[in-house]
Amino acid sequence: MKKNIAVKIDDLTVAYNYKPVLWDIDLEIPEGVLMAIVGPNGAGKSTLIKSILGILKPIAGSVTIYNKPYKKQRSLVAYVPQKGSVDWDFPTTALDVVMMGTYGSLGWIKRPGQKEKKAALEALEKVGMLPFKSRQISQLSGGQQQRIFLARALVQNASIYFMDEPFQGVDATTEIAIINILKELRKARKTVIVVHHDLQTVPEYFDWVTFLNVKKIATGPVKDIFNDDNLTKTYGINYKVSIQE
Amino acid sequence: MLGSFAVLRKQSLLGDAISHAALPGIAIAFLITGAKDSNTLLLGALVSGLIGTFWIRGIIKKTHLKSDTALGLILSLFFGFGMLLLTFIQKQPNANQAGLDKYLFGQAATLLESDVWLMAIVTSVCLFVLLLFWKEFKILLFDADYTKTLGFNTKFIDILITTFIVLAIVLGLQTVGVVLMSAMLLAPAAAARQWTNSLGMMVFLAALFGAFSGVFGTAISASQNNLSTGPVIVIVAGIFVIFSFIFSPSRGLLFKQIRFIKNRRDLQLHKTLAFMYNIAETHDDISHPHAIKILNNFQGFTKGTLQKLADKNYVTIKGSNWSLTNEGFKTASNLYNQQTKSHE
Repeated sequence: MKKNIAVKIDDLTVAYNYKPVLWDIDLEIPEGVLMAIVGPNGAGKSTLIKSILGILKPIAGSVTIYNKPYKKQRSLVAYVPQKGSVDWDFPTTALDVVMMGTYGSLGWIKRPGQKEKKAALEALEKVGMLPFKSRQISQLSGGQQQRIFLARALVQNASIYFMDEPFQGVDATTEIAIINILKELRKARKTVIVVHHDLQTVPEYFDWVTFLNVKKIATGPVKDIFNDDNLTKTYGINYKVSIQE
Repeated sequence: MLGSFAVLRKQSLLGDAISHAALPGIAIAFLITGAKDSNTLLLGALVSGLIGTFWIRGIIKKTHLKSDTALGLILSLFFGFGMLLLTFIQKQPNANQAGLDKYLFGQAATLLESDVWLMAIVTSVCLFVLLLFWKEFKILLFDADYTKTLGFNTKFIDILITTFIVLAIVLGLQTVGVVLMSAMLLAPAAAARQWTNSLGMMVFLAALFGAFSGVFGTAISASQNNLSTGPVIVIVAGIFVIFSFIFSPSRGLLFKQIRFIKNRRDLQLHKTLAFMYNIAETHDDISHPHAIKILNNFQGFTKGTLQKLADKNYVTIKGSNWSLTNEGFKTASNLYNQQTKSHE
């Protein structure tokens, strides 16, 4: 069975000043996978996502989404940034933040209306945050803030989701809630790409994995390539994980 | 009003830098035209203010300097240059030069009707643009990267906001002056932030506070001799800020302290009640009387708390014995469950 390629990256190189952060990355992400990007700190995991999304400007390389340049396919892509990247003391409510997910399809100047509000409320419901819709965002816990970010991406109703460490600093309940939503997305043939830190949970949560450390080390199905050999190549030390059979 | 955006962008000092950067523009405009027409001078201020701002942004982007360093650098550089030009102008044999230094500290009395009209027009344009791009401004302030992924041209929005901040500052220069202008921009916004958790309300309140400080400040300085308007306006705005810091219901210091004390008292009561609940639970009859003495072992117990519990009808006291009422038992068990729940 040949799968459609959702995201294709060619020769992507990114550098801060002179130091390369990503070096000549070629990557094909098939449609409908739930993929983890793993690698040590400073391996360029977040940078990879940000370059795909055009937030950072690569020195070289190209990104295509379903065979077209990313810029033409923005509406197919949703992004969940790291929770720590924004100021949560910003004067706004949970519902307001989720509504921001609709701004892209609205375009310039047009205001969100009833339809957008309904979509935002549905997304809040999905992540179990409906009771908190009017809550000031600074008064949400870390896990709740993460769910709000997830809801904001869900509202976009995209085909491909990029998430930057969605499990960072959240408790077990939230982690399970989030992973269930991601698995639902996969069931709906969506492609989900997650920067992930906890190696132990990779085989349990994901079906596809990319090892990254400035260069791409390996990419493929978890059951084929998630092994001590690749982990050692990526992390540089002898790494042993007990993969649950 | 626009100050709200500066505060939320954590670029509060930007206003200060812009207003100082405007000074050489005023001086140069005067040198070129040789006249004191306020429109030309303000145009000069606008141009040099914008140049200063974009230099600051350039420095932050291209070098590894922190934004406060860049701001401080540009601020003192432009201000020094402006002062140099001012002294140079003062030595010139031009009768017009007197009064140019009013831009340093501002002088509302020198405002002409045409100046006021100009302010009104620019303000309404600002207001219009603000309402038009409200959604874009809001999302950019909250999460710039995300805004970019939605396909918005973040650079354009950013330049739009910055330009309007510069415009607002330049217009205020005549009234409040270079040195105090940033207070005028930020004080109303800082005060407004204390009262509300909604961006719309914050911008509205900031505008209101700003207008009030202007009116009150002018009134006070007009009723007293020898009080210049600009500083009085800024002081009035400052009083708004202090008042807001202390008295705002959700973020104010006063209510925070009151809430803290009240919480501590409540907790003491709850602890005592929970202790009683544990004792009462061991008996079939929850209202079985117990000696007050056994509570003495319990930390945090005082006669006062016992009396308060009795007042709330959670406990009845008979001589040296107490017993839990039905209501007290219910409340205590609720407390207990809540606590174990929140630990999950």
